[in-house]
Amino acid sequence: MTLDDAVAVVLFFGVTAYALFGGADFGAGFWDLIAGGAKRGAEPRAVIDHSIGPVWEANHVWLIFCLVVLWTAFSTAFASITLTLFVPLTLAAVGIVFRGASFAFRKVVFRTRDRRNFGAAFASSSVLVPYCMGAVAGAIASGRVPAGGKAGDPWSSWVNPTSIVGGVLAVTVCAYLSAVYLTADSKRLGDPAMEGYFRVRAIAAGLVAGVVAAVGIVVFHHDSTYLFHGLLSRALPLVVLSAICGIGSLVLLVRGAGGVVRILAAGVVASVVLGWGVAQWPYLLPTSLKVSQGAAPSGTLWAVLVVFALAAVIILPALGLLYVLDQKSLLPGEGTNEPEPVAGH
Amino acid sequence: MLAVNPLPWARSQMAFTLAFHIVLVPLGVAWAAMALIANYKAVKHDDPDALLLAQRWSKYMAVTFAVGAVTGTVLSFEFGLLWPRFMGKFGAPFGIPFALEGLFFFTEAIFVAIYIYGWRRLKPWPHFWTGVPIVVAGIGGSVSVVAANAWMNEPSGFTLNSAGKVVKVDPIGVIFNKAMPLQAAHMVVAAYLVGGFLVASVYAFGMLRGRRDRYHRLGFIIPFTVAAIVTPIQMGVGDALAGWVYRNEPQKFAAIELVPKTGDDIPETLFGHLDSNNQVVGGIKIPGLASILSDPADGTSTVVQGRNAFPADDQPTRSEANVVHLAWDVMVGLASLLFLLSVWYGLSWLFRRDYPRTKWFLRIASISGILAVVTMEAGWVVTEVGRQPWVVRNYMRVGDATTGNTGVWITFLLVLALYTGLGVTTILVLRGMSRRYREAGGEADDIDVPYGPNDGAGPAGPASEPAGVGAR
Ligand code: HDD
Ligand code: HEM
Ligand code: HEM
Repeated sequence: MTLDDAVAVVLFFGVTAYALFGGADFGAGFWDLIAGGAKRGAEPRAVIDHSIGPVWEANHVWLIFCLVVLWTAFSTAFASITLTLFVPLTLAAVGIVFRGASFAFRKVVFRTRDRRNFGAAFASSSVLVPYCMGAVAGAIASGRVPAGGKAGDPWSSWVNPTSIVGGVLAVTVCAYLSAVYLTADSKRLGDPAMEGYFRVRAIAAGLVAGVVAAVGIVVFHHDSTYLFHGLLSRALPLVVLSAICGIGSLVLLVRGAGGVVRILAAGVVASVVLGWGVAQWPYLLPTSLKVSQGAAPSGTLWAVLVVFALAAVIILPALGLLYVLDQKSLLPGEGTNEPEPVAGH
Repeated sequence: MLAVNPLPWARSQMAFTLAFHIVLVPLGVAWAAMALIANYKAVKHDDPDALLLAQRWSKYMAVTFAVGAVTGTVLSFEFGLLWPRFMGKFGAPFGIPFALEGLFFFTEAIFVAIYIYGWRRLKPWPHFWTGVPIVVAGIGGSVSVVAANAWMNEPSGFTLNSAGKVVKVDPIGVIFNKAMPLQAAHMVVAAYLVGGFLVASVYAFGMLRGRRDRYHRLGFIIPFTVAAIVTPIQMGVGDALAGWVYRNEPQKFAAIELVPKTGDDIPETLFGHLDSNNQVVGGIKIPGLASILSDPADGTSTVVQGRNAFPADDQPTRSEANVVHLAWDVMVGLASLLFLLSVWYGLSWLFRRDYPRTKWFLRIASISGILAVVTMEAGWVVTEVGRQPWVVRNYMRVGDATTGNTGVWITFLLVLALYTGLGVTTILVLRGMSRRYREAGGEADDIDVPYGPNDGAGPAGPASEPAGVGAR
């Protein structure tokens, strides 16, 4: 493996981590959005708050990681992407502001009306952001971003069949992933009612995501030939893996099994994202810029790899500590004994 | 869509979003350290007031940290959305400090979560130690970002080929560019200075309103002491930095000191501006001082290069130079004021073993936070506008770095509205938290934060159920 390839792998590792951790948070926002009125939605929202509480911040640093690796190691591709896709990227950035800030604020305001407003901002931007990210991925994968730091079409680059599939797939996959996690969290919290609530939703979202993925393959056949051929050749094992994980997780969900489902659901997401990467290999921007053409000088690539190694030594154990403490309920967050919002304080 | 030249809008948007983000940075960097001081005091001396303070601070921090994180994320997007040609060409060197920075942010985000959530169930000392990485990462993160900025002032560690493409990068040379040590030191000290004054000013205001219990006094003394200690240090670092700029960035220096013509015995001009004939008008001139400060060894005979020494389009325009000079006056002027305030405080401790009790001291202290923020913003204006017309000094002009996207004016207006709302809401939310704390008295704090404990039980105490808890 050359240095360029290694850094591209690191980049895709980051994208996968963002999809797995950030994606689950976005999905939680989706379930928050459709949980219903203040009263009816109170219980699921409490579970959602509880489960993303301590970890949401760390989950979103993966996005920064991806951006930084992209602009450092593949600068011209970054320039092309931002020049072409400034509309969805701007929308995503605005959504991130809404989402992060209103999630934080919602926890500290007590009036029901304030909570509802912040909650709505949080939830709707949780759908907007993954849609935009998925559309961006679709734009790249379908070859609509030109090489050389040039701008492609500002609209058709992300309003096209592949991008729409990408956006919808991102939203549904996030919803599925997060419903699976929330099912497990409800179980851990000893709340069978909520466990059932999220299980049904996990199954539904899983089925929808499966359908979207299947439709996607057909769409790619017409709209993104390089991606399509890649998916059915190089990336076929990953496609099959994701299907197996998906079906397996649905079967287990129907049967009511616990823990393993989470691993399978994570497997679905990871293999979809990695499948995308492998399918468009060796291109960074199919079919105009190869990874090897777009990469920075070796000094920079080494620096990125060293930082990545440092991250593996420092960050991964720390993240592990965070998740372990969280799972052991040593970081007692909200939802366990949170005071009820007092109306009209 | 109206097609408008993106350059001025892109500059305005970058400046505005950075200026917003930078207000949160001192809180992210310094507040954790101050909370740890209170935390240490609480655990070591079994001090309930200090404990309450540390816990509440960590909850406020959770909010400001979240806002800092989202505005920082926007900045990362903006590098591409506003300056794609800069990133496309120089991403390889410029990105390296940011890769390091990512490492620090990650650490910070993780330990902020553990620290703030860990109050109830972790044992006191281990819990205290989970706060220490936040402090280290905060410093490391700001040093890395400022290294990137210093690199724009003093680009090094890369080789261009004849086509102007970056072909070789030396990461160490990029990170440790010559401008980095002093600029980074100046910023880290600024973070503690601003963070200290900002937090202290809230409690000074409370004391003016008659809230003078021990809790409020501690809330004032801890941050104000931090600020008063670092302020004199900052004057020293700033002076060294000014000397550095004199020797290495003479164009910027000519704008800072408003020097139209090269010469010795250059006066220090307070305020004033350059008119259309490039003459300094208005302001107060202190004879010879600019020369003396530039190189004290040579005194008034120090030669300062003036604006006539450089081609007109290789240095800030006249109006930019006026902005730089005004910002310089503001930074140094307010710095001197804050310095005097610190000296007052220090002398009072020295002779009376207490902070100054007069109303006037508290009045000034209660606006010191805002003054410190303005000082820091002014310093950034000196650095950034003073570098014009370059984005990478002597390598790339700002005009060659901008996006070709003619809709930037829309995103600028969007961001302006969004951030105005964000800023106002953040302040309202923080005030609301503080009001509820006061109404609840010194007892159980039942306010939830993004990563917060639900009650004010002791660090190691078992989860105690606050009153009115819903059955969950
Ligand atoms: C509240 C904080 C604060 C205080 C009290 C001061 N400064 Fe400052 N200054 C900053 C905060 C700052 C900063 C953090 O905003 C800047 C912007 C970029 C940087 O590295 O530091 C800065 C920049 C900056 C620059 C431009 C550096 C460059 O462009 O490379 C100079 C020459 C000085 N400062 C000099 C001083 C002097 C002589 C001071 C005291 C009398 C002083 N500063 C007080
Ligand atoms: C120019 C560009 C800048 C960019 C792209 C940027 C980027 C970011 C990002 C992405 C975050 C969020 C990280 C997270 O999720 O935890 C952040 C927060 C932070 N930034 Fe910036 N930043 C910039 C300027 C600065 C400057 C000038 C400083 C300090 C001197 C600084 C210091 C910090 C610190 C300490 C945090 C931690 C969060 C907080 O304490 O609020 N940043 N920044
Ligand atoms: C945080 C405090 C900062 C403030 C208040 C600030 C302020 C400004 C201002 C006023 C401008 C516009 C200059 C002009 O066009 O006249 C500017 C431009 C810019 N700044 Fe900064 N800046 C800060 C930090 C940084 C940092 C840390 C970086 C990068 C690491 C950075 C990168 C840029 C870039 C790329 C531009 C656009 C090009 C240019 O106009 O030079 N800034 N900033």
